[in-house]
This record gives sequence, structure tokens and C-alpha cells, in this order.
Amino acid sequence: MRKFLALISLAFIAWGVALSLSKAPFGEDKIVVGKHYLEKGTEETGAANIVTSVVVIYRGFDTLGEVTVLFIAALGLGAVLYTRRRSSERIEPSSLVLRTGCRFLFPLILLFGAYIFIHGHLTPGGGFQGGAIVASGFLLIYLGCPERRTQELRLGATESLGGLAFVVLGLVGLAVGGYFLTNFLPKGTFNSLISAGVIPLIYVAIGFKVGSELAGIMGNLMERTK
Amino acid sequence: MSFVYQNIYYIGSIGLILIGLYVVLVKRNLIKVIIGLSFLDTGINLLLISVGYVRHGTAPIFSRPGLSPGQMVDPVPQALVLTAIVIGVAVLALALSLAVRLYEHYGTLDLRKIRGLRW
Repeated sequence: MRKFLALISLAFIAWGVALSLSKAPFGEDKIVVGKHYLEKGTEETGAANIVTSVVVIYRGFDTLGEVTVLFIAALGLGAVLYTRRRSSERIEPSSLVLRTGCRFLFPLILLFGAYIFIHGHLTPGGGFQGGAIVASGFLLIYLGCPERRTQELRLGATESLGGLAFVVLGLVGLAVGGYFLTNFLPKGTFNSLISAGVIPLIYVAIGFKVGSELAGIMGNLMERTK
Repeated sequence: MSFVYQNIYYIGSIGLILIGLYVVLVKRNLIKVIIGLSFLDTGINLLLISVGYVRHGTAPIFSRPGLSPGQMVDPVPQALVLTAIVIGVAVLALALSLAVRLYEHYGTLDLRKIRGLRW
């Protein structure tokens, strides 16, 4: 009965989605907004990667809200899983090979993550992707060297500083240019590392924030499974 | 056959969405329901990306000279999906933490045995 009802509702949903998608055939030309961004985006923001300029400049306020959603989810996870730490538990130290491998790979992973979020305005990448890579480095530490704990206080501080930098950059834009997240810095030479004004700065802030947030989420989940 | 060939991305992503919804509606193990949510998330991301695709278009990055805006795909759905992926991760983590708590409280992940989650 349950399966039958589910299948009927699924058929209705599929019908509705197919009906609305028949108005937007696959592979057809873009909508007006996308065209505008592609044609004018490089002059208006100075970034080679149009997706980045959409995320950080045109829809920057939306990105701020999204970072807030991520923060609230991390906060909720911490609140749901909060228990008093049992420090008496002994953690089995991992083998020498694993420990050395972790110690060798961890800085390289952090470096790669930083590369991804610093080059967000030039290459496919950016703060969110770079932050996820940084967090994968922390995951390696959690799995490979369980006796080395990351300090949650420092993760929280990094996260707050990242969020604060984002908001402060937006407010400086408000003071200088008249609206939130104005691109108030000079645009520089196109397609070079120091270009596109505030975009790299904001993406570095987002990278730090997302990386420390995801690392904190993983830390909370790992603590509980002990 | 050419209809399927031309719309294969739409069909695949809607298929993923429907599989996810089916799992959420029918399965009784909470972990499986969360896996279904993840399917739903992936399907919706794929659907948005394929709506923005332009035939023979490349990524919207002016990385080398000579690229014209006419041969690029729509950047707006890509930007939306970029944020949606992160939100999806956060939602998944929160759902898993709630599942951990429920398991500690009830000793089971079967939705029939958890009061207040039955339908």
C-alpha cells in the first residue's frame, strides 16, 4: 500500500517536472541574465571565471546567506552531539607508517586547498572547493593519527575571522561605493593572480571559513563515534 | 531513440530525483532515508546544471584569448549549484547527527519503532 501510494505520487511529480522541462529544451541558448554576465562580466568585475564573479559579486549577498546556513548547520550539529568529553578514554596510537604518511601529506593537502581558493577567479575552483580540500586534510588527520586532536577553539576562531572578513569587506564596499560588496579595489591586469579587486580576498575568507567549519563538523562526528 | 539520446541528462537527473524520493518515502531505515536525501540532492544539482547547458559550450572561464561568450554555457545555474552542494553537505551532516542521537535514545533506526516519526 505504502509503495503503491509512493509510486503514484512519484508518477505525478515526474509528469509535472517533465511538463515544465518541455519549455526548456536541453542544450538551447541561454537566458538573458546569463548572457549579460558572460558579455559584461569580465569588464565589470575583472575576473576570468564568470561563475566566481556571479557567486562573489553579482550574488554576493546570497553567498553570505549561504555561508550563514553552513554556520548554523555546524552549530546545530555541535549542539545536538554535545557531550562532556571523556578524557579518560585511551586512544590507540596508529602505526609508524600511517603517522609519517599523515604528517607528510597534511601540509601538501593544505597547500593544494590554498592554491584552489587563491586562484578562484582564474581557474575552476574557489573558496568552497578549496575549503572542502582543506577539510579533507583534517579528515586525514582524524582518521590516520587519532591521537592528534585539532583544537576546536582555534578552528572556531578561524571560522569567525573568515566570516568577519567577508562582512567587513562588504561593509567597506558599502562605505566606499554605496552598496554592499562593491568591488572597491582596482581590477588589475586581466587573467593574472592580483586582479579582480576584492574577489580573491573574499574567496580566501570563504575558504578559511568553509575549511574550518567542515573540519569542525567532522571533528564533532568523529568524537562521537569513539 | 533520438529523444532519449537528446535528453539523456534530463532523464538521468529526473531518474535520480525520483529514486531519491522513492527511498525517502518507502524505506524504513533512517540511514537509508538519509541516503535517499543525498540522491535527491545530487539529482537536483545535475538537473540544474543540465538546464544551463548550451550545446557545444565550454566552461564560462576566459582563461585563454579567443574565447567568445557565445560558445560558453550559462554561468548562473553553475553558481547556484556551487552553493547548493555546500548546503547539501551541511544538511547531510545535520541529519546524520540527529540519526546518531535517535539511535542512542531508542536503540534502533527503524522508523516504525520510533514514536513520532511514523506515517
